[in-house]
Amino acid sequence: MNAAIPFSAQLINLFAAVILLLAFAMLAQRRVLALINLFALQGLTLCLATLVAAVTTGQVHLYYSAGLTLALKVLLLPWILYRLVKKLNVKGEVEALINIPTTMLVGLVLVMIAFNVALPISELSHTITRGTLGIALAVVMLAFLMMITRQKAITQVVGFLSMENGLFLAATSATYGMPMVVELGIALDVLVGVIILGVFFFQIRDQFDSLDIHHMERLKDN
Amino acid sequence: MISISGLLGQAFAILLALVLAPLLSGWVGQCRAWLQSRTAPPLLLPYYQLQKLFHKDVVLAHGASSLFRAAPFVVFGCMVLACAIIPSLSTDLPLAPAADALALVGVFGLARVFISLAAMDVGTSFGTLGGRREMLVGFLAEPALLMVIFTLAMIAQSTSVATIVETLAHRELVIYPSLAFAGIAFTFVSFAENARVPVDNPATHLELTMIHEAMILEYSGRHLALIEWAASLKLYAYSCLGLALFFPWGIAPGDNFLALVAAIPLLLFKLAIGGAFLAAIETINAKMRIFRAPEFLGTAFMLAVLGLLVRLLLESKV
Repeated sequence: MNAAIPFSAQLINLFAAVILLLAFAMLAQRRVLALINLFALQGLTLCLATLVAAVTTGQVHLYYSAGLTLALKVLLLPWILYRLVKKLNVKGEVEALINIPTTMLVGLVLVMIAFNVALPISELSHTITRGTLGIALAVVMLAFLMMITRQKAITQVVGFLSMENGLFLAATSATYGMPMVVELGIALDVLVGVIILGVFFFQIRDQFDSLDIHHMERLKDN
Repeated sequence: MISISGLLGQAFAILLALVLAPLLSGWVGQCRAWLQSRTAPPLLLPYYQLQKLFHKDVVLAHGASSLFRAAPFVVFGCMVLACAIIPSLSTDLPLAPAADALALVGVFGLARVFISLAAMDVGTSFGTLGGRREMLVGFLAEPALLMVIFTLAMIAQSTSVATIVETLAHRELVIYPSLAFAGIAFTFVSFAENARVPVDNPATHLELTMIHEAMILEYSGRHLALIEWAASLKLYAYSCLGLALFFPWGIAPGDNFLALVAAIPLLLFKLAIGGAFLAAIETINAKMRIFRAPEFLGTAFMLAVLGLLVRLLLESKV
């Protein structure tokens, strides 16, 4: 029964599984720099998965997608984040609102939900990558969880970017990627978003001497 | 249909386990010493220790009951049974139907219960402490191990270890992402179960940190020898199980004599690599606090469940 799955699809499934594993590793990570490295690794795996899909299906625009992922998510964004962390002198510890094992268990439940939701949807799809839809959904939800449970602004931005990874995987698995215009638009949005957030980091720190977003609850319009 | 060759192969596998297990422990110790820039102990050190211990008299505590004296034999028997039903050389094992993969977990559990009870039997505080810690680690490790086995059982459609290995070893190349998850989870569990460094230090005599050593402080002479031998057999059993499940190449199918002979050097090679890998992991990791062990094993459990889910999502259809 498994022999019916073509080898390239197996390879894509493997990469998707690695992406899921990295999402969990990011959820469990306590240090900011290691978190950024994991994010870069996730981008690289995503790039490889897209590349395999591109080679298998011969869709030219998937090559561009893979190249875009490599340039943006593996090289540029981690580099920007790395510089931000260095400049802002963020301390190594990432404070989580819930302790790590509980977060992992919640993440596990999210994965179950995502897989269950994705199973009937992927039946409708005819692409070779359709099995990975559940994983893509799970990665999105795990990234959400990371944004919810973390206090520091930088970790939340990494969560946001990881969510974008999940969406990208979902697009690849469901319809072999979005139209090029949309993809370029999203990539540009993410890039601009991170740059603006980088500026915000400096503002937040100047205001509160910390990147803990809980201080922002005190903000009021007078 | 138990064949003569099957019986011979079974006897040979048990004999090999008994002989190789201390050697594996010695090899791991030697690799650890090299990696830590210490002078390595002789490779045959565990044999010398066993020989020394078997020639010593047994000293029993005053309050020791018959359970205390029976425990080493029960533990040793459990480990020999485990080694007998795990296909290390050939999948043609007449004893294999005696226990499937789930019962195998039970066999390990039985040994654990007995050694913990024996640790509490004499009534020293260290023994009790060790027994309680062992039970903590065990009850967290067991569900993770079961989940790993469920994943493999779903792939092979059977819970018999021999059938699982048969299915995995003799097939065309298929990538199972779930096996990667299960493999990592199994590695975590085997570190915890064999009292290895991230969870326990097998070489320690510092009372506050030890788990396994604390339980066997009251043992001496041939009882201690049996327990030490059983510990190395457990390491051997776990290594063989891991190799058979995740690197099953070269395990002889059925009663093919030539394949059986060819499987021996391959097993030695794989065990040597595995032992060196174990020593490397032990060297680069610090022992964690006992309160971090639930987190460590929780991660293992989570990975195993993820493997199961990935198996359901990616591999069951088409």
